[in-house]
Amino acid sequence: MIDWGWVADHLDHVAFRTLQHLYLAAIALAIGFAVSFAFGVIAARWRPVNVVSTAIAGLVFTIPSLALFAALVPVTGLSILTAEVPLVLYTLVILLRNVVAGLQAAPPDVREAADGMGFRAAGRLWRVELPLAVPLIIAGLRVATVSTIGLVTITATLGDALGGLGFFIYEGMNRFFLTEILVGAVPTILLSLVADRAFVWLQGRATPWAPPRGLQPESNA
Amino acid sequence: MTFVTETLAWLTDGDSWVGPNGIPARLLEHVEVSILVLLIAVAIALPAGLFIGHTRRATSLAVGLANVGRAIPTFAMMGILLPFTQAYDPALGFTLYPTVLAMIILALPPILVNTYAGVTEVDRDIVEAARGMGFRGGQILRDIEIPLALPVIVGGIRSAAVQVIATTTLGAILAGGGLGRFIIDGIAQNDDGMLYGGVVLVAGLAMLSELLLSRIQRVAQPSGRGRLPRRPFLQLAELPPREAGI
Repeated sequence: MIDWGWVADHLDHVAFRTLQHLYLAAIALAIGFAVSFAFGVIAARWRPVNVVSTAIAGLVFTIPSLALFAALVPVTGLSILTAEVPLVLYTLVILLRNVVAGLQAAPPDVREAADGMGFRAAGRLWRVELPLAVPLIIAGLRVATVSTIGLVTITATLGDALGGLGFFIYEGMNRFFLTEILVGAVPTILLSLVADRAFVWLQGRATPWAPPRGLQPESNA
Repeated sequence: MTFVTETLAWLTDGDSWVGPNGIPARLLEHVEVSILVLLIAVAIALPAGLFIGHTRRATSLAVGLANVGRAIPTFAMMGILLPFTQAYDPALGFTLYPTVLAMIILALPPILVNTYAGVTEVDRDIVEAARGMGFRGGQILRDIEIPLALPVIVGGIRSAAVQVIATTTLGAILAGGGLGRFIIDGIAQNDDGMLYGGVVLVAGLAMLSELLLSRIQRVAQPSGRGRLPRRPFLQLAELPPREAGI
């Protein structure tokens, strides 16, 4: 059923696409996190900023990825920007929300205690609010990472130059070639599951005081 | 800005609105597939979630399955399912089944998790009081747990619905119908008007359904003094992984 010869002949290409998959996802996550963090600090303080950014993020979130990627093709061509702009936007939706919720997680008592101890705003943010925000920020990174790894596969529809492992899924579908589909799909799923577990592990290491998180309902706040 | 005029031209062209490849036909296909998937997912996940929430049994199994389900990229899932569905049915096994099955897998976790969590979080004092008044297990579930958990349950269905409507777009990659057709065909035929028209329609449908479902969720909120407290911030943490749904 599986053409192992084809797999053996294409190991170089698989390695290249795996790397491409990882860097497309990593770039989006790095930019998304930096922007969310900077913006989240502001939004956690000023409610209007938070309300507006949440509304815009919610709007972006409803736009199907295929539509958003495709919408950029006539503007940015088939460059890496066409892939990264939507990828970053989707990470923002998840990360910004979690950064803001995390920074607001410090109970009022804790904040007052910090003020009473003489912390200034910046010190309180860095030493008190930020450590308390870590669990939610990591939870956000976990969801954003898993979702970005999945989204990268969709960029394959934009052309051969992009797509990471999704390239094999897309080309395999077009050629009705099972082996190629699996060569793309199986590593993508593995990457996603490994990333998911890695963040659970990181969560446990970063916040040993927090109880392990069970099932959480999805909010639509 | 030529694409704006091209898009408007395509959207206002009478030919875009007639026939099996017209906007109404594609819209109908899109909505049909989305609703079919949601119905199947609700039929599986709702009873399972109610059972787990009410009896507190098999919780770790549900957690595990939901976490794995959330982590699997839909497009990869479609790829893995394709050979099997096609062996079963050469035509629909290509254009419809992989998308539908992958989307069911995508839609199950949010419904299951929210149903389970919604029922579990119902104030135990209320449940105990009902039990003291002589309510049986089934009555507690029907008259206490489900009504109080309803906004959370509907929230899960809403998450699933938004993701499914978005993901149905991907079906077009496998020669399926729906509004994604215009995007894929627009790219293939280098027709920016059709491409952007498709983008506008898909995004519009997704936002409209989100709006509609948030209305329904508001209606599901129990009225009067029994109103649920605002959802604690922690629950903002786990948004649905957005891949295909994307």
